[in-house]
Amino acid sequence: MSSFQQLSRRELLKVFTFAGGAMLAGCSDKNPNGTKLTLTQWYHEYGEKGTFQAVQHYAREYSLLNPHIAVRVVWVPGDYGTKLATALLTPDGPDVFEDQLTEAMVSAGQVAPLDDLFTPEDLKDFNAKDIALNSVGGKIYGVKEIDDMQLLYFRKSVLKAAGVKPPTTMDELIAAAHALTTPTRKGIFLGNDGGVTALLTVLPWSAGSDFLVDNRIVFNNPRTVASYEKLLELNQSGSLLMGAPTDWWDPSSLTQGLAAMQWCGLWAYPKIHSILGDDLGAIIWPAFDNAGVPVTSLGGWTAMVNAQRPYVEEAKKFVKWLWIDNLKDQLDWCVGYGFHVPPRLSLAKRAPQLSAPIPAYAVKALGKYGQATPPLWNAAMTSDLTNSLTNIVKLGHNAARSVSNAATQCTRELNRELE
Amino acid sequence: MSVTHQNPETRVKERNKSHLRTTLSFWAFMAPALIGLILFMGVPIIWGFLLSLSHAQNTIHFGHFIGIRNYTDLLTDPEFLNSLYTIVIFTLFIVPITFVFSLWLALMVNKVGRGKAFFRTVFFIPTAVSYAAASLIWRMSLFNGTAFGFVNHLTALFGMSPIAWIGTASPPWYWLVLVTVRIWLQVGFYMIIFLAALQEIPHSLYEAAAMDGATGGWQVLRYITLPQLRATSVSILLLCLIAAFQAFDEFYNILGGSGASSGNIGLARPPLVYIYSIALSSQDFGMGAAGGFILTALIVMFTVVQGKLFGFGESREGK
Repeated sequence: MSSFQQLSRRELLKVFTFAGGAMLAGCSDKNPNGTKLTLTQWYHEYGEKGTFQAVQHYAREYSLLNPHIAVRVVWVPGDYGTKLATALLTPDGPDVFEDQLTEAMVSAGQVAPLDDLFTPEDLKDFNAKDIALNSVGGKIYGVKEIDDMQLLYFRKSVLKAAGVKPPTTMDELIAAAHALTTPTRKGIFLGNDGGVTALLTVLPWSAGSDFLVDNRIVFNNPRTVASYEKLLELNQSGSLLMGAPTDWWDPSSLTQGLAAMQWCGLWAYPKIHSILGDDLGAIIWPAFDNAGVPVTSLGGWTAMVNAQRPYVEEAKKFVKWLWIDNLKDQLDWCVGYGFHVPPRLSLAKRAPQLSAPIPAYAVKALGKYGQATPPLWNAAMTSDLTNSLTNIVKLGHNAARSVSNAATQCTRELNRELE
Repeated sequence: MSVTHQNPETRVKERNKSHLRTTLSFWAFMAPALIGLILFMGVPIIWGFLLSLSHAQNTIHFGHFIGIRNYTDLLTDPEFLNSLYTIVIFTLFIVPITFVFSLWLALMVNKVGRGKAFFRTVFFIPTAVSYAAASLIWRMSLFNGTAFGFVNHLTALFGMSPIAWIGTASPPWYWLVLVTVRIWLQVGFYMIIFLAALQEIPHSLYEAAAMDGATGGWQVLRYITLPQLRATSVSILLLCLIAAFQAFDEFYNILGGSGASSGNIGLARPPLVYIYSIALSSQDFGMGAAGGFILTALIVMFTVVQGKLFGFGESREGK
């Protein structure tokens, strides 16, 4: 008879109780280093080399300063927004995460107010647009980690050889793209959907229109329609690169010579500059016409605290340490890998990496021309507007009618949101 | 031999005891599956239905009931109706093509004298590939829009310029990409089912047909093989139809359901991708649940109609 068979029922129960207890102990917030509490922090997967190691380093630094707290970094590849939103519906979501704030997150009680983390001096030093974008009902719910923006990059020598100047209006841009197109190279790359996603908000902004102002959908106007019709013209011109191996956020199409100009983020500047050197030129998106304005979108990522977790105060302290007080790590995060504009104005001025001609131009242009949609604008509205622009650009639908349909859909979404 | 007579009361008790034991055993064996079914199928279905009647933004809790508004909103949403139209068109293409192609492959493999196992395996292997992986290969390698994409490389041999297969709406080349990837992935599976059914057909039928003067492959196929495959064919049509209505992966991964270049998904967005974006990107779980029920109703409707047309469930092989 084996020893297992000799176990009495009572002994077996003891074994299971012990094993169960050991497993439960393993699941607690205590970690093997003897620290008492583990905060979970989520990031989307940044593409630049060294970014994951950097955020792990920041987390370790915090644990060294606060031995009773460990920070577990979760690096989320793929569709981050969906994964995060789903995790926030459960009690086991992250304690700290990065995302873009929406009013729906506030009304669902998912994010904790962070007003008490900012001193009046801090508030003055942060980009006022960032504070406004992360405020709902007079309360601040997020601390901006980085400001992202886009630029139209080009090779100066290629433009010069074709006798083309950097465009200052949409018509000039279409003409430039046409002039730069050769049998082996397209004039411009705006993403594999022909600029529908990348220029969805940029084009109407460049024509002086907007999307959601004072709780009203305001994009249903002839300027939006005209700007979208120009994207159709560009798509039909044969000068657009489509079907590239990577999308507009990656600069390979420009650096490998598949296109002469490319719309891409400031984040890619170090990589492009290392390949093209001083031949690299960049501008923000040109004004639609004389009545329009040049524009770039103010994007980026915001650190938020999950209000549904038990350690809100500890998580808030960590966010304050990393994204408000810790200027050294903020600078490292903004310019150590890809380039981003620091949301703290004093830091943006101090960063030596941002003093080269193109980054310096980018910082200035973002301050003056950067635009963003407010927290009330949501994913459903983006989806409605994207459908409308796809219908115009790809399927040849009437632009005025498509924009008007999108406005009806967005108003319905807005009313649902405001219920 | 002595016979002991139990009194009737004891006999009834024993019978009851044995009956109780049988009942208990039945439930003991059934309980795990039943509990699993109720917990993971029944509860979510009821929960989903209640959600579909609620305004559930950024929450999966029902309670804020709004009647059938989610259903009416969806059924008047042009993009949702468009997605239903897209999936019907896709189904009308993919089901007959898959059916004919897998039957043709099965007939060919069945005829092969030597190396049958080899060909069977070769054609079946794509079934083991994930839809996401195959979609990425189709998008980034085979149907890459630049001059060094595989298909563009081939077309260049005939002097054609590179084609942006995925982003071009007229002509709608993206359908070629979407349909070929699904055919490559699923045809082997249906071929195996056809092959099994082909091997079940008694050889004597073919001998009898030959004696009756059936000549040529077509006559034998028309009057012997196809009628013998009737039940299998109906099952394959149904499986294929349900799978087509549930299409998600290749549309999402080839046309891009989220992130950069999500504009292409507007060219052909199936209902599941639309429901996914409503529920998981926009976090409107009420409307997402309503979309799920509408799609289910549509699948049931098409299945019933197809079943009626082809007589599913009322025939056996050869009848």
